[in-house]
Amino acid sequence: MSMLRIFDVAGSAVSAQSQRLNVVASNLANADTVAGPDGQPYKARQVVFQTVLLGPGQRGADAADPAGAGAGVRVSTLTESQAPGRRVHDPKHPAADADGYVTYSNVSPVEEMVNMISASRSYQNNIEVMTTAKSLLLKTLQLGQG
Amino acid sequence: MIASLDATLDFQGQALLLRAERQRLIAGNIANADTPGYQARDFDFARALRAASGAARVGEGIAEGVTGSADARHPTLHPGLRYALPAQTNLDRNSVDMDRERAAFADNAVKYEATLRFVGAGVRTALEAMKAPNQA
Repeated sequence: MSMLRIFDVAGSAVSAQSQRLNVVASNLANADTVAGPDGQPYKARQVVFQTVLLGPGQRGADAADPAGAGAGVRVSTLTESQAPGRRVHDPKHPAADADGYVTYSNVSPVEEMVNMISASRSYQNNIEVMTTAKSLLLKTLQLGQG
Repeated sequence: MIASLDATLDFQGQALLLRAERQRLIAGNIANADTPGYQARDFDFARALRAASGAARVGEGIAEGVTGSADARHPTLHPGLRYALPAQTNLDRNSVDMDRERAAFADNAVKYEATLRFVGAGVRTALEAMKAPNQA
């Protein structure tokens, strides 16, 4: 029943997109932080998506693509941006270095907002896929009645 | 009478299976809209249905329809499945065009429902034919 696999495919995409939204939220929340617990300024994080085949009976199997497998998504890695942090000259700041500069995180709020909109649109698309699949399946269940 | 009804139901049943298959493929494309390197896939519905109904062997039709015919560009990877060409170039080599996929998804959903009604009508016709004349 290949229609049922749509829920696996779209569900994996929804969970991957929500993880992306989670990372965006964490980046935006830390846009103005000075130093993390390790003394280093916060680095913007980014999720990397990867296709995962949802084969019949075997979730997440990486076997050769059978025609019956669905193409789901998973977050393969989280990368940290290595861009230099924003440096502001503020000698009175408690976290200022010897030259009077404070290093903030390297989060770019504009990029994060764009990322957020993209993630939210993808999330909506996948929810709609599930809604459509559900209504088609329900109609299939009523086949031959009335 | 029964034989022709059977043939109709069989054909529509194959079409329904192929529609479900295509719906799943497009769902996979939409799910991977942001995956780097992902190539959108689809298959030629008319050709697959011809292959499936021409084979006319129960249980084999669907598999032949989706995988049987060779694809010139990827003969070994996904026979029968075709890869979409990107409408616009992008850096992550993802070829999912969301507008095209959304349109194909909606189109396929409507046609799935239409096929469903054809099957339903065939079943109702058969049931009607089985009724005794005085039960009308």
